[in-house]
Parts: sequence; C-alpha cells; structure tokens
Amino acid sequence: MVKQKPEWQLKLYIAGQTPKSIQALDNIKKYAEEYLKGKYSIEIIDLLLNPQLAEGDQILAVPTLVRKVPEPIRKIIGNLSNEEKVLVGLNIKSI
Amino acid sequence: MKKKAIENQFHFPKTPTGVDGLDEITEGGFPKGRPTLICGSAGCGKTLLSMQFLIQGAIEYNEPGVFMSFEESATDLSMNIKSLGFDLEKLKREKKIAVDHVRVERSEIEEAGDYDLEGIFIRLGYAIDTLKAKRVVLDTLEALFSGLNNQAILRAELRRLFQWLKTKGVTALITAEKGEGTLTRQGLEEYVSDCVILLDHRVIEQVSTRRLRIVKYRGSIHGTNEYPFLIDEHGISVLPITSLKLNNKVSSEIVNTGVPGLNEMFSRGGFYKGSTILISGTAGTAKTTLASYFADEQCKKNKRVIYFAFEESPDQLIRNMRSIGLNLQSSIKKGLLQIHSSRPSLNGLELHLLTLRKLIKEFKPDAIVIDPISNLITVGNANEVRSMLIRLIDMLKINNITALFTTLNQQNEQLRPDLAEDSVSSLVDTWITVRDMEGIGERNRGIFIIKARGMGHSNQVREFLITDKGIKLLHVEMGPNGILTGNARKTNALRKKVSQLKIEDEVNRKDREVVRKRKLLEAQIVALKNEFESIEEELQILKATKELEVKLIAE
Repeated sequence: MVKQKPEWQLKLYIAGQTPKSIQALDNIKKYAEEYLKGKYSIEIIDLLLNPQLAEGDQILAVPTLVRKVPEPIRKIIGNLSNEEKVLVGLNIKSI
Repeated sequence: MKKKAIENQFHFPKTPTGVDGLDEITEGGFPKGRPTLICGSAGCGKTLLSMQFLIQGAIEYNEPGVFMSFEESATDLSMNIKSLGFDLEKLKREKKIAVDHVRVERSEIEEAGDYDLEGIFIRLGYAIDTLKAKRVVLDTLEALFSGLNNQAILRAELRRLFQWLKTKGVTALITAEKGEGTLTRQGLEEYVSDCVILLDHRVIEQVSTRRLRIVKYRGSIHGTNEYPFLIDEHGISVLPITSLKLNNKVSSEIVNTGVPGLNEMFSRGGFYKGSTILISGTAGTAKTTLASYFADEQCKKNKRVIYFAFEESPDQLIRNMRSIGLNLQSSIKKGLLQIHSSRPSLNGLELHLLTLRKLIKEFKPDAIVIDPISNLITVGNANEVRSMLIRLIDMLKINNITALFTTLNQQNEQLRPDLAEDSVSSLVDTWITVRDMEGIGERNRGIFIIKARGMGHSNQVREFLITDKGIKLLHVEMGPNGILTGNARKTNALRKKVSQLKIEDEVNRKDREVVRKRKLLEAQIVALKNEFESIEEELQILKATKELEVKLIAE
C-alpha cells in the first residue's frame, strides 16, 4: 500500500504521559483535523523511550511540536493550548 | 593533638580540576558531585577552563564527561580545542567525551502554552548514562534566557536542573556571563551556590592580565586571592602566589661566580647552587658584564645556562662580551648557552613568566640570567613585578636552578642607590652591588656584597677594572680617608714608590759612608800603628844607645 507522503508532517516530542503531553496531543489533533484534514501526519516520539532522538531535532523543551514538512522546520513548545499561536507558528494561518 | 587528628580525618570530596595550579588554590579541586559556577565577561576563558576540566578528567583521571554547549557548535569546539593540542574528536570516538550542542534559536521556536525543559534533562541524562560520565559542563546556560520567553518556567526549571545534577552525582561546571554589578547576568549564582569562580580579563596600561578568584566555596577552605592565569597552547595554567610553600630542598654546593677575586669575597668561595643572586647598580656599572662572566663560567663547567636579555640582542651581547675577552659564541655552539632577547613590552608579565617557565622546562638549565629585571617594571607596576618574581624564584628554587638577576637602580641623591631596589631585595639570597665611586674628577667602579645568606662575606668595597682581557678586581688600597680608587690609587702608589726609592737611596748612601768611614778608620789605624812603631823604634834605639854607653863605661 503505497501512500503519498502527506503535505504536512508533524512530530510531537513528549516525555512520558504527563498531563502537558496529553494536552498537547489533544490540541494538535484538534487543530489538524480542523485545518489540515487529510493532508497531515503526526508522529509521537516519547523521549523517555528514545532519548537519543532528542538531539537530532534540537529538543530542549517538552512538549515540542516540530513541523518537518513543509520546510523550513518550525518548532512550537508548550501544551499548545494557545490556538492562535500554534496556527501562526505552523504557518497554517497567516497573521 | 588528638582533637586535631580527628578534625583532619574528614576530607571534603573533590574532583581534580585538571588545570595547572587550580587544584592548589581550591585545595583539591571542584566540589565532587555538585555544580560549580564559572562566571566572567566575554573572552575570559570560561569555555576553555571547562573544556580543559573535561578533557583532563577524561585523559588523566579516567572520568568521562559531557559537554553541553548552548553557544558553539560541536565542530567549532573541536577546532578551537585542537589549537590547544587536545584532540576532541578522538576522545569523542573513544566515548570519553560527548559534546551536545543545544541550539536555542528564538526565531525557530514559538511558545504556545505550558512546557518544561525535560528535553534538556533527557538529552543530558542520556549522554551521562551512555558514557557513565562523572563530569558535566553546561556552557553557557544563559543562552536559554535569550531563546525562551517564559522566565518563570525557565527559572523553575534551572533550579530543578541543578538539583537533578546533584542527584546524578556528577561534578558540573556551569558557565555564565558576568552581569553589571552582579556575578552573572541572570543571577544564576542564586541556584549554584556551592562553588563560584570568577574569571576576569583586565587591561592595565595596555597590558592584559587574566585573573581568577574563588568567590565562594561551601564546605572547604580555599585560596582567596586573585590569581593570574595564562592561556597558551597547552591550555590554562593558574599561577598561585601564596599557595607555594617554602619547603624546597637546598643545596650546599657552591657555584663559581666566574669573576676572579669575587669568589674570594665569599667565605665559601662562590654562590650556593640554587640560590638567587641580584646584581644591582646604576647605569654603566658593568652589571651585564658580571652576568656574562657568571654565565660563561657555568658553561665552561659544562652546565647549561639560559640568558634572558631584555635590553640587547644576542648578537650585540656576544659582540660586546667578545671585546672583553669572553667568547659566548662557543658555548652557544656547544648547546650549553641560550640567549633569549625580547623587549619587556612584548607581552604582559604573566606571559613573560610563562615563557620563562616553558624555556626552563624545555632546556633544563642549571643557571639562568635575567638582565635586567628592572625593565619588567615598564610592563607592570612594582607589586605585580614582585609577585611575578616571587613565583619565578619559587619555581627556580624548586628546580634548584641558580638565578642571577641584574637590576638597574635609579641614580638618587637622597637614597643610597644600592638600597633603592626594595621590591626584590628581600627575595634574593645574595645581593651584590656595583656602583660608581665619583671623586677627584673621575668615576671608578666598585663592587661590594650587601648580603649573602648562609655564608660570611667580605665587607670591603673592591674596585674593579674592565680591560680587554676581562674583569679584574684590584687589591684594596687604603688611604688616610678610606679606600682609594682610580687616580687616587695611582697617586698613592706613586707616592709610595717615591718614598721607597728615597729610603733605598738613603740606605745606599749610608752604606757608602760606612765603607768610607771604615776606610778612613783603617787608614788612621795604619797611621797610628806606623807612629807607634816609629816611637817604639826610637825607644829601642835609645835603649840600645843607653846600654852601649853603660857597657862602655863598665869596660
């Protein structure tokens, strides 16, 4: 089953199932469904399980949402509760 | 006594710093298992100090380390450190050091809601666990402050980070930029309070000196002074002034002064090996000549000598000394003598000290000459020069190197010129002064010993001459008003000779007179004898006549 790569590739870095992580995941799913339906993928990386992955994407804060595609790479940190900032940060919505 | 023994049983656990001299100041190193704050302004060596801590730890003490850089990239760091002779890449391959560059780019990061810095914890924890690291460096944490907006989260997380480092049991160095009036710009000293070290880079009169001071060190005694430190191709070395103890071994071996006549002024016939000798004097009193004689004499005995000339180039020195019959060139050819010339203003005092130290380490001389030390005062003030010389002398004494310094005295009418150089006089073991003795329209050179620790010495002022065959100490010539020098000495000698001639003359004359008198006497004796004989003869004739008469009458 060859699937075309989605237009939006997002990665969410978390450290265990903390309330902040769960909030962040809920939030980004909500925004993505609303604005990027059908053209996104979200990869969840738990740094507690894979700590070596933190260096590659220059993660310092948790949770961090990384927009890998489209370029350039954008990072949004926090539980993503501020919808406005997330959308601007991901460049989904222009200011 | 017993109580003292109990007190000494506890040793605050410490991690050796790997920085030359810093262990002495900190009495063993940084607090083990605790974070230490290194603060200072830009370019004062914070990164280097912490890098050296890691590298030396990995090489010398087999303690792997993690370097978390918030400023420089890993490749930049490797390059920078390579210029100091450390191969960071190799250590990385050997899994002794891990470098993690945390890039904090404000433009890339958007903050949306509540977060924590668990990412840093995880990265650091991962690196520590993989390497089983004992040492950690965070350079410079404050970059976080410029990258992240939420100060409240940041500060809470930093506090948590330092606590977490302690539970990890790693000895951590945290570098921070110096703030205005505070130790660090972001007040990191609030969080890291076990040990704080301040680095400083000051420029005084165009000459820069780096200094290090331990601001605080909980649970341990430490040196409290500001210590100069150097950065050279081998990294940082701190030169403690006061932590050196005066417990070096001494030698009773004697080294020749190289000047005939001067040896005899010391009761043991020269200087002690490993002692420090100062030759002071005003301009043109042959200090350099005396120093060269000393150097030459050591070379003749197959000893190694380094001559530091702060005023003359090697060629000039060799030429000048050749004019008085000293051949320094042959000693240089034999590899026994090195002449190093540089202007004192070439670099700061500390760098001079370092250069001396390095050359001494490489060449391993038996004696060194510094001509003159007074020129160093143009680089620093008297105090700095003094502290530098103390450290230099300590180093020389530990290595049992005989050192001869010359110093130029200012001609001073009020003060005795030989006592003006008080900045170093108490540091040296033997002090010789050469001075001009002015009078009756001429200058003559006199030499005398002011002090000679550990041996008796002559207290006379000896006149000496510099001829094309070398230095000659003259015998003491006493006149009615003290010692005679120069023309006075010659006049005196002439006068003495005249009077001696006169006496000889007189004696000769008297001798001749006696001879004449004797002849006269003898002549008189002959005359008297003749007279007596003639009288006697007459008497006999008379007697004979009388006898004849009596005979005739009787018949």
